[in-house]
Amino acid sequence: RWLSSPAPAPRVCVVGSGPAGFYTAQHILKHHGGALVDIYEKLPVPFGLVRFGVAPDHPEVKNVINTFTQTAHSERCAYYGNVTVGRDVTVPELQRAYHAVVLSYGAEDNRVLGIPGENLPGVYSARAFVGWYNGLPENRDLKPDLSCDTALILGHGNVALDIARILLSPLQLLRKTDITDSSLAALACSKVKRVWLVGRRGPLQVAFTIKELREMINLPGARAVLDPADFTGLESAVKDAPRPRKRLTELMMKTALEKPVEMQAGAAAPREWGLKFQRSPLEVLPSADGSRARGVRLALTRLEGSGDSAKAVPTGDEEELECGLVLSSIGYRSLPLDPAVPFDSQRGVIPNSSGRVEGVPGLYCSGWVKRGPTGVIITTMNDSFDTAQSVLEDLQGGVLDASPFREGFGLVESILRSRGVRPVSFSDWQKIDAAEVARGKAAGKPREKIVDPAEMLAAAPAASKARQLWVLSTCELYTSRKGH
Amino acid sequence: MAHGILGLMRPLRSRLNASKIRLVLLCGVTEQHHSPAKWSERGFSSTQDGPGESSSEDQVTVHFINRDGERLTTTAKEGQSLLEVVVNHNLAIDGFGACEGTLACSTCHLIFDKDTFQKLGAISDEELDMLDLAYGLTDTSRLGCQVCVKKSMDGVTVRVPMDVSDIRKQLDVGKQSKQ
Repeated sequence: RWLSSPAPAPRVCVVGSGPAGFYTAQHILKHHGGALVDIYEKLPVPFGLVRFGVAPDHPEVKNVINTFTQTAHSERCAYYGNVTVGRDVTVPELQRAYHAVVLSYGAEDNRVLGIPGENLPGVYSARAFVGWYNGLPENRDLKPDLSCDTALILGHGNVALDIARILLSPLQLLRKTDITDSSLAALACSKVKRVWLVGRRGPLQVAFTIKELREMINLPGARAVLDPADFTGLESAVKDAPRPRKRLTELMMKTALEKPVEMQAGAAAPREWGLKFQRSPLEVLPSADGSRARGVRLALTRLEGSGDSAKAVPTGDEEELECGLVLSSIGYRSLPLDPAVPFDSQRGVIPNSSGRVEGVPGLYCSGWVKRGPTGVIITTMNDSFDTAQSVLEDLQGGVLDASPFREGFGLVESILRSRGVRPVSFSDWQKIDAAEVARGKAAGKPREKIVDPAEMLAAAPAASKARQLWVLSTCELYTSRKGH
Repeated sequence: MAHGILGLMRPLRSRLNASKIRLVLLCGVTEQHHSPAKWSERGFSSTQDGPGESSSEDQVTVHFINRDGERLTTTAKEGQSLLEVVVNHNLAIDGFGACEGTLACSTCHLIFDKDTFQKLGAISDEELDMLDLAYGLTDTSRLGCQVCVKKSMDGVTVRVPMDVSDIRKQLDVGKQSKQ
């Protein structure tokens, strides 16, 4: 345990209130008896991808919100929502206010395919689609076109599986979740009945995990279409694989070999989903009138090397798959926050060593912006503890000098006020939370998410008209910043 | 600092108290949970003792070797899951039980000695699926939320696995492992 020093309490600032931000804050608070931690968040509401990324039908994964809420309630912790770091307050300004600044702002963008036709109507990033059904304000007007019968998801990760599952789940299962009402209405009218998940490499390179695969295989009203030919010749590789990879591949093989269940006469044809391997997208094909996507042209690949480092190399052969909906699920991506913060554009991360930002004393990072946008909550938890450990070590060892007085939020508050920014407190969030839960109750949902930031602020006390108008123009700024 | 930890854990403990009755029944009948316990259900009035209070029912001694090598010893009631034991006794194990016992994470991963491991109840596919994602997986690993305390486990020692950041901590600080 770290002893508190007789010097003034170290003030730490965390940027981002998702799992990385909260676990970093939690670890510092637990292991330093005097540290004060302020968590900043650009949206009015906290929790990042736990709220906006985890699928609506995975409520158990969201239980971490309980431990984050406890952290926020600590006397030494404060939450300031509705503050965009990099614009409302800069990182150098935060560094003047705090002894240490931790950047945990995650990955708000996505990788692009870089192929012709990518911007045709009917093509969406998985990130935007997930944001849409999870009520992320910037994606609330996505209005994805679900009027075709076949959807293609490019990517073999858990996000791809989540989207396939949401597209094909029976509506009565989704109705009782916190999926937004408007997405539920859109899914109710959806004609999509077949979903292909297409990946560049083979079965041994899939990035999704077994729990999510099993869920898809067991999805009521949907049939798995896996080709046994995709698995020939893999037996010995599977035998020697570590247990997680082995069990995952064996489950795919078993599913591929299973005879389809006999359909009862007159029963509706089940919805279908399948995995296609060793296909790399070359072009999204336009319809005859050029107005929308009608299919994807794919390069067939072969694998060079094996295991996780296998590379997909085009064979020269091609294939076309017809579809009206294309979802690109090839990875999230972080964006640079502030000119004062070094950023590796190639890797999409902040250069760091154990969470210490290279060349900038007093600046740290945790979560996806530190390591890259992969992993589940436990990955981010361990990573955040690692960064918190660096902060604690630096405090202990004097590398981080906590003796000069720092004003913390006192300084930031006057900066924000001069810029017309009014932060949302944690108790404000709890009022928004209560409003959402109340709205959901009538429909038997855990909550009905508020998707308009102006409405979020209206649900929190003392929202001013000026603030609402300001937030509306802020959202337009988000979308224009990404060049959508 | 200690009261801070208790403050963090108190609401989770009260939720656990409420569902404890249901869990005890599950543990008594079968040796594993086929369906994840729903921590979010409240409204049960607990007829059991409050957490941390010893009683004649607390008869099973369990030792946890924490990541830093420290031995944490506590007594547990038969039928409690090891996750409940950690939470109820406020054991200082970082990040333990993130999903609150619903088989949606692997943060309650524990390592057993071979003999104890072999006497534990059968492991379900659902538990294996989550264990597959755990750091430092061993042949005698289980998830603490799925293992219930039995009288025959009196005196058992379980180990909290080290993760990436712990290994770095050990190297940096140059501590001798007490394990």
